[in-house]
Amino acid sequence: MSNEIAILGAGMHPWGKWGHNFVQYGVAAAREALKDAGVPWQDVRFVSGGATVRCGYPGYVAGATFAQALGWQGAEVNTSYAACASGSQALAAARNKILAGECDVALVVGADTTPKGFLAPAGGYRPEDPDWVRFYLGITNPTYFALYARRRMDLYGDTLEDFAAVKVKNAAIGSKNPRARYRKCFTAEDVAASAMVADPLRLMDICATSDGGAALIVSSLDYAQKIGKGDAPRVAAISTTTPTFASSVVEMPDIATDSAAAAGVEPHAFRSTLPIKAYEEAGLGPEDVDLAEVYDLSTALELDWIEDLQLAPRGEAAALLRAGDTAIGGKIPVNVSGGLACFGEAVPAQALAQVCELTWQLRGEAGDRQVAGAKVGITANQGLFGHGSSVIIKR
Amino acid sequence: MSNKPLAPAIDGWHTMAVNPHLIGTQCTACGTYFFPKSHAYCRNPDCDSTDFNEVELSRTGHIWSYTNACYKPPEPYVAADPFEPYAIAAVQLEKEQMVVLGQVIAGVSCADLKVGMPVELVLEQLHETDDDIKMTWKWKPAA
Repeated sequence: MSNEIAILGAGMHPWGKWGHNFVQYGVAAAREALKDAGVPWQDVRFVSGGATVRCGYPGYVAGATFAQALGWQGAEVNTSYAACASGSQALAAARNKILAGECDVALVVGADTTPKGFLAPAGGYRPEDPDWVRFYLGITNPTYFALYARRRMDLYGDTLEDFAAVKVKNAAIGSKNPRARYRKCFTAEDVAASAMVADPLRLMDICATSDGGAALIVSSLDYAQKIGKGDAPRVAAISTTTPTFASSVVEMPDIATDSAAAAGVEPHAFRSTLPIKAYEEAGLGPEDVDLAEVYDLSTALELDWIEDLQLAPRGEAAALLRAGDTAIGGKIPVNVSGGLACFGEAVPAQALAQVCELTWQLRGEAGDRQVAGAKVGITANQGLFGHGSSVIIKR
Repeated sequence: MSNKPLAPAIDGWHTMAVNPHLIGTQCTACGTYFFPKSHAYCRNPDCDSTDFNEVELSRTGHIWSYTNACYKPPEPYVAADPFEPYAIAAVQLEKEQMVVLGQVIAGVSCADLKVGMPVELVLEQLHETDDDIKMTWKWKPAA
């Protein structure tokens, strides 16, 4: 297929709260990916970085920052900002460069250092800023996740026990992932005993933020063939579509949705439109997918994603969960990395970390977390400002 | 409550009447509503209008979903001391075909709410300053 590229190498700095500069995590991840690929750094002709907004000036110029840290060697650079989808957008930039024939090998890298405490908006009286407004009115990040979760309960009959079961599942598999930050197994009782944050979500239903770094070495199929890696996992599709008006689900940090009152305008839910382009581009369907890495900002959101990826009919993800089908050994394992529940979110690295996990899975190198015979994997994530992505990897 | 004058927490976002309305805008060309107000450009991809009327939005709707805040939000939220948890609702407005967030009136918790429940818009105190009492819109289960 003409629009595929090969993933020659994957690398990650373990997630945690290490207290280092984000560049250090990115360099560690890049060096692991280079070693994994067997590609010398000097051969990389394009460096595509996910921007790290919270880390100030060098974070905004991520591509060049990592290129300098690894040692200037004249490669071209790019920096992508797309909130939680930054890594996927950086990957898409590398794919474009490779498919345009402008380079054979590219490094895609994202890393983050999280600040301490609440992510609060700038001060003053600024009603023109939706982020300021919603905090002023008492609407925090967990509010949005909780609205989605509570709606599942009332519409589909999901229960607090279902949400807790997502955490228990992800903690169990994540405990076997040496790159995960939280590696402790939890019980449903542990989740139930944690503090209620935004009903129905408790502290253990909501993901933390972490330091971390992830990197990929990607190349043209010709180059992969040339170095004896013609059978490497391939990027089969990258979707970074924006919402379609009228976007009907209230999204952080907005106080209201679009209006679908105009003639000819229909309401659209953003998340479920993201994988459509990915499936079309890959020429694959949900029935072909062996495993999925989805953005479990909350436990309940994992269930939404399963339906958005069409891995279960709307409202039936909890039934899949209860049957054990989303766990390792089930019909469609979800978040066998441990997911955000075990990693915590490192924004510009997270979408790449999802692809790293799929790469190792498709190579059969995931050890205790291996999904037997995995050939096709899909990722999904969504962030602020209409950014989101879904990537399909196949072998 | 003290005898301080009442003032909107955010100027121009709602009327101060007994039966208050949120104030939005409506595109004069395609009829799309905006809240908060948009005056400069219509976001309907099939419309390039730059002409809007200020309109009062429906003051009743149905709950799309709901939750509560068990932890004190960071500033600029001004919390009571001690912090009092409150419920939040996302409310579907029929005519406008949009969902608007807001706090639910004091004394109503998640246990009292349900998706699809009819609610109406009222004003309630958000916080108090040295000069006045800042009022904001809140959703109240319809009688």
